[in-house]
Amino acid sequence: MRAYKPKDDVQKKSYYTDRYWIAPQVPTSKVEDDAVFAADLAAIKAKFDVSDAYIQVEQMVVYIKPEDNYAVLELLRDELGYTQLSEMSAIDWIAKQGQFEIFYQMLSMSKRKRLRIKCFIDEKQAIESVSPLFRSADWSEREMYDMFGTIVNNHPYMKRILMPDDWEGHPLRKTYPLQGDEFAAWYEVDRIYGKEARAIIGPEIRDSAEVDRLDTERFSRLGFEVPMGAEPKAADAEPTVETLQEEGGVFLVEKFDEADGHIIEDRKR
Amino acid sequence: MAQHQVNYSQDGGLPIALTSIDKVVNWGRSNSLWAMTYGLACCGIEMMASGASRFDFDRFGTIFRASPRQSDLMIVAGTLTKKHAEFIKRLYDQMAEPRWVISMGSCANTGGMFNTYATVQGVDRIIPVDLYLPGCAPRPETLQYAVMMLQKKIRAEKAGKAQRPKRLL
Repeated sequence: MRAYKPKDDVQKKSYYTDRYWIAPQVPTSKVEDDAVFAADLAAIKAKFDVSDAYIQVEQMVVYIKPEDNYAVLELLRDELGYTQLSEMSAIDWIAKQGQFEIFYQMLSMSKRKRLRIKCFIDEKQAIESVSPLFRSADWSEREMYDMFGTIVNNHPYMKRILMPDDWEGHPLRKTYPLQGDEFAAWYEVDRIYGKEARAIIGPEIRDSAEVDRLDTERFSRLGFEVPMGAEPKAADAEPTVETLQEEGGVFLVEKFDEADGHIIEDRKR
Repeated sequence: MAQHQVNYSQDGGLPIALTSIDKVVNWGRSNSLWAMTYGLACCGIEMMASGASRFDFDRFGTIFRASPRQSDLMIVAGTLTKKHAEFIKRLYDQMAEPRWVISMGSCANTGGMFNTYATVQGVDRIIPVDLYLPGCAPRPETLQYAVMMLQKKIRAEKAGKAQRPKRLL
């Protein structure tokens, strides 16, 4: 049976979502199906706690405890032949369970296998750096900190890597707005010209179709010519549907004359 | 010894051309617009193509310089990120006056498709822009046309007068 989801906020959503849509799942299989992975998993399980393990798209996924991440990766590198850390980062599950999921994507050239080590950490919980084991983890962990705000212990140079050093917020969190928060919107103005310049430069124009009719510097006036830099007059304001035709408003929106109209008595006529 | 022949019945009677200071200064300025190498993204590739032999910016007198001190023209070619914004301001300030700016491509004009937290929504929020060049990315011919339009603009300016106060501070 399908899990019940409250649908009260359907009206608040700006886009259509199918109520009966089920997210497709990539099929998983048991680790025992693959002899190489089964041996690897047995070696990990002999020393560490493994909460879950399965094979997905020919890659083994192993869930471990976050405290064991350094030791597990050391075991994989030195004894099991997974000599490369091809990727690592975090996934934001804070809205769902208040945790980040950290994953380490490993590659073994000798076995021609890839496996993924995963663990969950709480929002403020720190994780041990694996950059002493893999040089590739150095920048990856910095990027993870930059984008998600996950703290990494014993990293040689824990500093933002993509965003400016004085940036506020971590942009890949689900709660971070795509077009930026207040700080991001004024970042370059504040930094270069100072906060006083905000009023002069003005807010960012995020609407790509925006046309300011009264701005003669940057837009041409449709219908009649106005010299560049001319001061806008009240008469230049665009007529709206509230303005009547007799008063220079839009066509067909006329003043209602009661003498011209008649009242229908029989509503079912 | 060759004799210098002057035909006083032609050319208004004199072997000289009369013009104004404005015209002769602007003739020089507009025909040697040295552009700063400022490729920020894919528009930079088109800008390089414009400078190379097929499209050949040299015949406009436009040669790319690697230093703002030697440049008259800044072609902002590409996406300006917020992290980079202070550097474009600094480089613009290092250019000697008179100086001009072409904002090349949608990203430099308005932020373009990068309607995100990290992109400056139009380079004119940081530095004053003389010419906006639309396109994503504009072809080299378009950039050539933009430079020709800028030359036209320069030739219409007063040479002695300081540049018109810009919109930015």
